[in-house]
Parts: sequence; C-alpha cells; structure tokens
Amino acid sequence: MTKFAIKDHEMVPEHVLLTPEESAVVLKGFGIVAPQLPKIHVSDPAAKEIGAKVGDVIKVIRKSTTAKQSIFYRLVID
Amino acid sequence: MILTEKEITERLEGLDLPPSIKEAMQIELKGVPVSSEQLEEIVSQVASDYEHSKVEPCEAVGVVAAQSIGEPGTQMTMRTFHYAGVAEINVTLGLPRLIEIVDARKIPSTPTMTIKLNQDYAHDRDLAREVAWAIESTSILHLGSIATDLAEMNVIIELNPDAMEQRKITVDEVASRLKEETKREVSQNGNQLIMTPEESSYRELLQLVEKIKRLSLKGVEGLKRVVIRKEGDEYILYTEGSSIKRVMQFEGVDPTRIKTNNINEIGEVLGIEAARNAIINEATDTLREQGLSVDVRHIMLVADIMTVDGELKQIGRHGVSGEKASVLARAAFEVTVNHILDAAIRGDVDDLKGVTENVIVGQPIQLGTGDVTLVASKR
Repeated sequence: MTKFAIKDHEMVPEHVLLTPEESAVVLKGFGIVAPQLPKIHVSDPAAKEIGAKVGDVIKVIRKSTTAKQSIFYRLVID
Repeated sequence: MILTEKEITERLEGLDLPPSIKEAMQIELKGVPVSSEQLEEIVSQVASDYEHSKVEPCEAVGVVAAQSIGEPGTQMTMRTFHYAGVAEINVTLGLPRLIEIVDARKIPSTPTMTIKLNQDYAHDRDLAREVAWAIESTSILHLGSIATDLAEMNVIIELNPDAMEQRKITVDEVASRLKEETKREVSQNGNQLIMTPEESSYRELLQLVEKIKRLSLKGVEGLKRVVIRKEGDEYILYTEGSSIKRVMQFEGVDPTRIKTNNINEIGEVLGIEAARNAIINEATDTLREQGLSVDVRHIMLVADIMTVDGELKQIGRHGVSGEKASVLARAAFEVTVNHILDAAIRGDVDDLKGVTENVIVGQPIQLGTGDVTLVASKR
C-alpha cells in the first residue's frame, strides 16, 4: 500500500490555511464577517490534511478554465 | 523607446487582471516593438474591455444559468442508457445523467471508475491485466462451479486450477474466505470443497449456495467488471462499480489520477473542492457528449451553489430550493400548502428580501436596478 496525500490528486486544488491576521485582511477586503463565507467541514479530507480547526479560514487556489487561476475562501465549520 | 520583454512582463505582472488574460497579452506582445505609452494604451484598453465584460452587480446570474443549461437540455436525448461511450461498460448519459448530477444522488445509477496506472504499469499490457484481476471482485463462479448434493445434503464446489492461477488465488485462500464469511466448516479434497449447511434442510442448503455465489473472494467488493482499454500509449482500466478509496491502495494504481462518476464519493474521499471540480467535469462532459456547448461559467455557478455549505446539496426540494429562507419562495416551489401551514404554526416571518416573494406580493423585485436604493446622509 502506497501512502497517498489527498492534495496530490489532480482534482484537488491547493488548500492554504490562513492565519487569523490574514483572514481578517480577507474579510475586510470583502466587507463581510466570517460566517458569510462559503463553508468547509473540519472533517473534509482536504481540510484535515492541512490541520484546519473550526473557525479557521482556508484559501483555495483553484485552477480555472476561464481565468486559469482563481482564489476562493472557505470558513471551517463543524 | 522600445520596451524590452522583461519590462513588459513586469508591467503585466502588476495588473489586477485574471492570469489567463495576462498570459494572452504576454503571448500577443512577444516580439512586438512597443513603447511605454503604447503599452499603457494597450493595458488600459484591455482593462476596460475586461471591466466591460464582467457581470453587472445585481444581475440575475442564477436565472441566466438555469436558462442556459435548460434550453440545450430540451434537446438532449431522453433516454440514452445503452452501451455508449466506453468499451462495453454501461454508462448513463444524456438528460438522465444531467439530472443525476444536479440531484446529487448518493449513488449514480451506473457507477464507474476510470483508473490510470503508474508509469511502469501503464505501458505494459500484462501488468495492467494483473492490476485489473487484482481489483475485480472475484466470485466463486469465476473460479469454478457449484453444485448441491441432495443425497448427502451438502454443497460441492469444483475449482478450476487454471482460473485460480489466472486470478492468483489458491484453494486454501478460497476455503478460508468461505469459512470466514459463512462460519461453516469447509472440507477440502484436492480442488474440491465441500460444505454442509447448519440444518439439514433443503431450504438451508439452497440459501448456503446463494450466499456462496454472492461472496466476493478477492478484489474490491462491488467492482463487477474491469475492462482494459488502450488510450494513446497508456493502458487505462474502466470499471463497473466504484470504490476509489479501496482501489487507490492497490499496487500499480496511480492514486492521483483515479476518477469516478460518483460525485458523493469524491466529496467523501477527496473533499468538497474536488467534488466541485467533479460536478463541473461531469456536467460539461455530459453536455459535450450530446453535442451541446454550454458556457462553463453557468456550470461553475451550479457547482458553487451545490458545494457552498461544505457538503453536497442537490438543486431541489431537499437542497437549494428547500433551504430558502423565505416561506413564500419555498411555497412557490413545491408542496405549497405544507410550507404555508408549517410557517403559520411556527409563526414565521417573511422579510420579502428575495425575488420570488416580491413577485408574489407584487412589489418591485430586488434585481438589477430594483436592488439599488438611495441613501441620504444626514447633515
């Protein structure tokens, strides 16, 4: 059995865990509060792999067919 | 003064534009002599064109997406359920498949995986075949025959040595698997296995036979068939049945390129973002296979809405439409009386913030110019 990291799968975009300071900047930029962000579960395999905790904000760097790359944010929820 | 390529790149890097546009500009400007002013002119033209083509604030993107997917949908084949597409493997296509995707069904009607292999295995037919046999669920009927002896009240399994050799399983392994699953003693006699049911009745005997026939002796349970196809210079496995989590762990399988059409499974194993990608890929493939071209942005919107809560939500009663905050909007969708009755019992309040409820009460809807309000600041 080979050990396999979920982030290596071609369908999984890069997930980056943001520090509280970084997420505050992001939220300020959009003029919203954290619960208004799209969500991701703590139990999500990709979130688990980067060690996300409830309340963290994850930055997702998606490969996009239209913009080549797009940034998305998700709030980690229970 | 002609700018060097490096200066152009530096200028383009700093722009607030999508990477794809920057890249396109870079390619166009390669080897073209431009001055600083000309470059500024180009940049401002591109930027204003980009701003122009963006969706306007308050535009009804959801309705546009619905129409854009719905209209080509009317031209889709109603029932394409046959052995279309990949070699002998049955896959649901056309409208039924599209409905399946937006319904976020737990298990699709025809689950199938596309398994790509590691470098060493991908180009060797024999190695690919070995992987296929290792993952394919092997039942007793693949290995030999099963018969009942009514005089002795027992089950006789005749195993075929060639078949066992091919599937790399021994008589002992078969016997121990049978013992483990049925909890009955297995007596071994060369290539013959004999089992007796708990009670010496005809019914018990037949039940035991059925149970043995259904058992998966080797491989991944549920993978009924595995087909090898050569695509380009690579051998690819297609399966009937899906279980990426287990197949990933097999020797020779490339876990980073394994695919399944079961979107829920992707969500569970690879996460919500991978599920979003899967929805987009599956929906575009289904539409493209039917010769329809729908702009991917509409499908992206659908995929975003389905995955916004961190779990797969269907577009329908138990998902997006059923979770709307407004009572009137939900009542307008399905089972009107129930929604209104429940709301009355609970004493729900409708804020009239959405489109549907405002149409119902006859107010201007909050869309486009209707969503713009004037705010006067007090002096």
